[in-house]
Amino acid sequence: MSAPAQARSRTFGPLYSRNARAVIARGLMATRSTNWLVMVSGFFEPVLFLISMGVGLGSIVGDVQGPDGTRISYAAYIAPALLAVSAMNGAVYDSTWNVFFKMNFAKLYQGMLYTSLGPLDVALGEIFLALLRGMLYATGFTAVMGVMGLITTPWALLMIPASVLIAFGFASLGMGITSFLKTFQQMDWINFILLPMFLFSATFYPLSVYPEPIQWFIQAMPLWHGVELLRQISVGSFTAATPVHIGYYLVMTAAGMLLTTLRLRSLFLK
Amino acid sequence: MHNHALTPTGTLTGGPPNGTVISAENLTKTYGDVAAVDGISFAVPAGESFGLLGPNGAGKSTTMKMIGGVTRRTAGQLSIMGLDPDTHGPEVRAHLGVVPQQDNLDEELRVRDNLLVYGRYFGLPMSYLRPKADELLEFAQLTDKAKSKVDALSGGMKRRLTIARSLINEPRILLLDEPTTGLDPQARHILWDRLFRLKEQGVTLILTTHYMDEAEQLCDRLIVVDKGRIMAEGSPAQLIREHSTREVVELRFGSERNATIGSRLEGIGERLEVLPDRVLMYAHDGESALEQVSARGLRPLTSLVRRSSLEDVFLRLTGRSLID
Repeated sequence: MSAPAQARSRTFGPLYSRNARAVIARGLMATRSTNWLVMVSGFFEPVLFLISMGVGLGSIVGDVQGPDGTRISYAAYIAPALLAVSAMNGAVYDSTWNVFFKMNFAKLYQGMLYTSLGPLDVALGEIFLALLRGMLYATGFTAVMGVMGLITTPWALLMIPASVLIAFGFASLGMGITSFLKTFQQMDWINFILLPMFLFSATFYPLSVYPEPIQWFIQAMPLWHGVELLRQISVGSFTAATPVHIGYYLVMTAAGMLLTTLRLRSLFLK
Repeated sequence: MHNHALTPTGTLTGGPPNGTVISAENLTKTYGDVAAVDGISFAVPAGESFGLLGPNGAGKSTTMKMIGGVTRRTAGQLSIMGLDPDTHGPEVRAHLGVVPQQDNLDEELRVRDNLLVYGRYFGLPMSYLRPKADELLEFAQLTDKAKSKVDALSGGMKRRLTIARSLINEPRILLLDEPTTGLDPQARHILWDRLFRLKEQGVTLILTTHYMDEAEQLCDRLIVVDKGRIMAEGSPAQLIREHSTREVVELRFGSERNATIGSRLEGIGERLEVLPDRVLMYAHDGESALEQVSARGLRPLTSLVRRSSLEDVFLRLTGRSLID
């Protein structure tokens, strides 16, 4: 079979050259030289929340009821939720603001796409970098939880891969959505959605405080599933809802990847 | 690994030495109702330096983007070394070097790293890239800047780095979109010298420009493009011979009087072009035309006799200046 025929037979012939690793290598090199400060600050954010809310506020809240019904400290209650929030924020930042800037201002993708790279190489590389960063944060935060004595079961280590799954869902969907946005004003809508989701997704108190219609609404939002999933893992208590939470993110990731791939053509190959 | 294996070898090494590397037929790109490129056809043989000359918005950059396979054409045929860039973008670009209109160097990487990382995008191995990067830094006269940050470079240096970067995959075709726009005269001449050397090495150069002197310096052959259409095609000398006279007299009577004085110049030279700021008089012999102007008792504020240039060709063909 001649080379052109081979390329045609690949679904993503003009979109993909199987070289996402070059995009990843570039990201790591750039991080080493300039971005490490941003990365460090992203790690400290949930840690500061955990200290202030968990330890500070926790001292007047006392113990609360954990997912398996036993009493746990307030810090142990909110720590998995903060981890989910941090996975969300990191993934969304990387896949929205970062991509938006590189696309519209740094013209980085423009340069990449004049090489053998296709848009799908770029998208896969960037999403991988977002997930790698999410995994580093999750590992660091889990270690902090361990040091603070908030980890009581080996199950808690599974919070790290679960965080990566949460990040994957947000990163793939976020990149797809960013492809529609053209101005800074539109980018602000993303924060407008993230902040309430952070505050109200049963992050700091149980869902039961809300009236039923609002409960339904929050349960439809992605972050709540992440918070519940990590909270269950943190104490090693699983229910019938656990696969639902995981399934939610699998579907979200698949939908996000589909959207992103469909948008790549109109984004890059005008 | 040099990605040559991705393209049929026949089109790369087999063909005749002056085989066609780019052929476009009725190439068209429309955005909504607007035709940015409106059915242009041309062919470029290997090793030629081919120019697209035209004002801003003529469709030059859009044509370049279609050649690179980053913009899909609306209609027509386009073949780059025998491949269709719409369906074989990555393979076509493996043999292209691209110098875009605006530098898009990676500001987060240092100078030498820009070359290495760009080479990785082509899937080239580090064992090839390390010596190649050093060679290109030498070529671009940036060896002592290897470890500098990109934003510490001057405009001319950035441009040279962009050109060095475009050569990392040893391209057979180099696309240069307004390579010297915004550079000072000295930086332009250094750049032209580097481009000459590439041409000597047999690289096919495709360049867009709205500078006539640049086109005259660098292009073996060019097409004059306006509003997405080809107005004329030929070598710079040929175009001047066909569409202009040997010399031009530029007369300035002051912006008030240029228009009114036009009628009193009738009959001198072969053709008269009255612009808001000056009157252009096309003549075979500029000095004698100027003497006739004096003989009619007309005293221009300034006068200048010069050779015809592509600017005059463009003015003749489109009725407009290249740079508005």
